[in-house]
Amino acid sequence: MTEPIVSDHGLDHFALAARTRRFGAVQFLDYRLRAERPFLITFLTTALGNPLLYLAAMGLGLGAVVQRPVGGVPYLLFVAPGLLISTVVTTAANWGTWPIFSGFKWEKTYFSAGASPLGARQLVLGETLGMVVRLLLQGLIFWLIGLAFGAWGSPASVLAVPIGIVAGLAMFTPLMAYSATLESEGLQFNFITRLIVMPMFLFAGTFFPLEAMPVYLRWIGWVSPMWHGTQLSRVASFGLDVPGWLIGVHVAFLVGCAAAGLWCADRTFARRLVK
Amino acid sequence: MPVIEARDLTKAYGDFLAVDHISFEVAPGESFGLLGPNGAGKSTTMRMISGSTLRSSGELSVLAMDPERRGPEVRAHLGIIPQADNLDEELRTRDNLIVYGRYFGLPLSYLRPKADELLEFAQLTDKAGEKVQALSGGMKRRLTIARGLVNEPKMLLLDEPTTGLDPQARHILWDRLFRLKEQGVTLVVTTHFMDEAEQLCDRLIVIDHGQIVAEGSPSALIRQYSTREVVEVRFGSERNAAMEPELRRLCDRLEVLPDRILLYADDGEALLEAINNRNLAPVTQLVRRSSLEDVFLRLTGRSLID
Repeated sequence: MTEPIVSDHGLDHFALAARTRRFGAVQFLDYRLRAERPFLITFLTTALGNPLLYLAAMGLGLGAVVQRPVGGVPYLLFVAPGLLISTVVTTAANWGTWPIFSGFKWEKTYFSAGASPLGARQLVLGETLGMVVRLLLQGLIFWLIGLAFGAWGSPASVLAVPIGIVAGLAMFTPLMAYSATLESEGLQFNFITRLIVMPMFLFAGTFFPLEAMPVYLRWIGWVSPMWHGTQLSRVASFGLDVPGWLIGVHVAFLVGCAAAGLWCADRTFARRLVK
Repeated sequence: MPVIEARDLTKAYGDFLAVDHISFEVAPGESFGLLGPNGAGKSTTMRMISGSTLRSSGELSVLAMDPERRGPEVRAHLGIIPQADNLDEELRTRDNLIVYGRYFGLPLSYLRPKADELLEFAQLTDKAGEKVQALSGGMKRRLTIARGLVNEPKMLLLDEPTTGLDPQARHILWDRLFRLKEQGVTLVVTTHFMDEAEQLCDRLIVIDHGQIVAEGSPSALIRQYSTREVVEVRFGSERNAAMEPELRRLCDRLEVLPDRILLYADDGEALLEAINNRNLAPVTQLVRRSSLEDVFLRLTGRSLID
């Protein structure tokens, strides 16, 4: 805190505004975390349940059938980074759709926040920070459970957590930008869930290498944050053989999507809030 | 020095002028009203004051600042009560105040006692731990207003503060707003209820189709645009129009509404006596004082609430 906001003379409204201009995103993050507190149990149950179910079913169940090494390692080691990344990216996709739409349409959170000194940019950054916190928790829980399953090839596999955050944001920020443009709920979100997120989950190299698919289907992986994040996590976990330039492409794709999404969301939020 | 100064303020959506070159000033501590029917441009004007709608032309200064350039600074000084409650339904009553205060970056050490003080003010202390979903309409409205006070605003913007509330809830709310006014808070109120405007406003502008059609205190407007009293008579929906020529002979001005006829006179009782002396036999009759509704009817030829 730079200037004193509360004094014997009451509030210093100019100091309040100056502080909001600087730290507004953190102020909105604080709101988001408080608003989510009633749902903490649900969040933790999902964050714990997902890895347990996926690692048991895919890693142990399917892994027992797939006897041959995939990507040079046992199937459990191959699939675990993909499962972590696809889980957090799916979470990010969910948060980028209905909750953002609701903030404008039903709960009108953004409009009530817009009556404070907060502006569109701070709401966008605040929501993004809130997403980072959730992805961090979810990724970390997934990684710890994976540890119990013996699903990681090396300690460096913990890098899947930050990679998951960036991959999640690559999904979240463009969807957030799009959701802010919707005036009424239609089939858009069903379309996104069923025809974008689901195929990405199935065809983005999560369960088998992308090269196992015919060339004309591989593009689904190329445009999916899941694939880029998964490949990076595999490099970290068990040293999957990926050329240096391709690692650069993976990172650039994820950071590029996240940044472009932020840029767009800044505009779509502003257009919605100030008419 | 006025706290709001609007000069030729205009908002156009394509060819439609929602607000059409309006000019007004609001003095510090004043309770200022924007009265007009739905769609007259009241809410648009309010949103321009808080910087959440950009003006198409004209000048606007709020607390000596341009709300478009200095939105955060302007809004730090304002308490904004929107037309529709946008409380956080999942959160508890007291938490709504605290969470809202966090938008402003107010520290928790300030917010905790402030929330209790505001709950007391809004008569919601015993509901502090309840989820907002469980509150009545009047309670939600009071909570929304309490929430708007969390940053000790210099000016409160109230958009249709009591629409949808029952009479008792409205009176409780008016009382609370009156207390704020006594504390020196400037109130800017939009309403399409003339009784609300009469109760709350020192001065008001009447807006219709985005333009100011009259300006003054409620009593001055009534003096200027209406008679002291109004006689309301009903002859039944079939006969109302047929009675008009007969009644015209008894007074200078009358309005035939679908369900009743309004006759304007300084002495209502005398006029009513004259009607009864002619054996016109209205089904119902009543003498009342003129209200802003009559002013609006006079100015626009329409009722405020259609």
